[in-house]
Amino acid sequence: MLLFLGTCGLLLVLTMIGEGLRARYAPGGDNPEIETYMTRVHSWWAMVLLVSLALLTGKVGVLVLFGFASLAALREFLTLTYKRQADHTTLALAFYVVLPLQYVFVGLGWQGLYTVFIPVYAFLLLPVFTALRGDADRFLARVAETQWGLMIAVYCASHVPALLKLQFDGVAMDRGVLLIAFLVMVVQFGDLLDFFFGRRIGRTRIVPDLSPRTWEGLVCGTASAMLIGAALAWLTPFGVPGAMLMAGAASLSGHFGALVFAAIKRDKGVKDWSHLIPGQGGVLNQLDSVLFAAPVFYHLTHLVWAV
Amino acid sequence: MTGQLRPLRRLAANITGHGIALLARLITAVRAEWRGADPVPRQRVYYANHVSNADMPMIWAVLPPNLRRHVRPVAAADYWLKTPLRAFVGPEVFNCVLVDRRPDRDGSTGDPLDNILAALNDGASLILFPEGNRNMTEDPLLPFKAGLYNIARACPQVDLVPTWVANLTEVMPKGEVIPLPLMTTVIFGEPVHLQEGEDKDAFLERAARALVQLKPEDHAP
Repeated sequence: MLLFLGTCGLLLVLTMIGEGLRARYAPGGDNPEIETYMTRVHSWWAMVLLVSLALLTGKVGVLVLFGFASLAALREFLTLTYKRQADHTTLALAFYVVLPLQYVFVGLGWQGLYTVFIPVYAFLLLPVFTALRGDADRFLARVAETQWGLMIAVYCASHVPALLKLQFDGVAMDRGVLLIAFLVMVVQFGDLLDFFFGRRIGRTRIVPDLSPRTWEGLVCGTASAMLIGAALAWLTPFGVPGAMLMAGAASLSGHFGALVFAAIKRDKGVKDWSHLIPGQGGVLNQLDSVLFAAPVFYHLTHLVWAV
Repeated sequence: MTGQLRPLRRLAANITGHGIALLARLITAVRAEWRGADPVPRQRVYYANHVSNADMPMIWAVLPPNLRRHVRPVAAADYWLKTPLRAFVGPEVFNCVLVDRRPDRDGSTGDPLDNILAALNDGASLILFPEGNRNMTEDPLLPFKAGLYNIARACPQVDLVPTWVANLTEVMPKGEVIPLPLMTTVIFGEPVHLQEGEDKDAFLERAARALVQLKPEDHAP
């Protein structure tokens, strides 16, 4: 509750900064930097409300929310891949069997299964179904793209609700919910501040051909994420130094994840993944950094702190 | 069918229609792109590529309700009258103009063009698949049948709007049972009309070119 109020307060401050900038520099709303910043802040309002609603309805709510986010993300990803009729069974299995099963395994807390189900079993079985249909045209590219989509949109996404299943020494059970809030906030605010600092003081582009992101934005974004992490350390079992390191690791993998997604979008010749969220592209546009950060965050937490 | 049942049937058809449109949106997030024509209530023939049975419901679903009310898909009588369920969905939910693809057989309803022209004279807009059959080849379009040319000649005032349904081959290829939840787009292009002195082949080729131009690029590796 405290966290929810705090987040709303923070968003209120960010909204006011944006409105202030807009009023001062571009009252007509014609400064593209400020407008992009504002759309992002607005999307965080929507996301915070949705996540809060899910957290209020408990663990099932979180699972259902991320299950549908996975479905929307996988749909956006697989819409842009190369497909032939021989892939139909495989794709139907990916959507209707692999995706729900992964979330059922997470819900049941079968850690031995949900951490290997997609990288091992789906990885081995799905190409078999494709091969059985007997069409070898660009076979490797087809099965590889499907597997990549499942890994990123289902496996990685499901590691966010999987945080609910970690247990810590002498800590109450609902720690997982707070960990999710910690992860999403440090990555998303890191991303937002990367964008902000990149526009203000950014000079050196990381990959000039691919993305407007800069080293200055990356360093400032990650540093800010670490500070936010330290401020939110009370949510976690990590302690203040641990929380800073975890926030830094999650934010850094998020930044580079966004770069990988920029490369995929460039390869597929699209600017946005879809038009699902008006004016802001698709679900993957919103989630790209969280998807990359989630498994890293999960495994580090599991290795170092969980019992 | 008795007199009291008719309003109920119409209500059921209405609900089914909204249900189908909602389902299309939920599964494929189908979206209209009005590239060369605006969604205004003009009398039009939306002529589209045909790869699956879901083409027509997709176009139907993205049309705004005020346009949808006046649009009648042209469909094959032998398919839509086969079972009572199809006879309900085709003629009553979609308000199809049924045409006989094999007019030489017994029980023929006459020249297929007659029904189409009668619907146009009533002021209806149409959804038409000028290829006549579902396209199973790797080519983007099959050669058009003469129907589109005959309509253009008989009703020169009607806009012929090329309508490309993108990505549906992947959602549900011919012969598959389970539709995949992939995203689809329906792209409306600039209307074509029969030009003075243009013969049948030249017109059909120009109309086909206008349609293929709307096709988005492949994402092949």
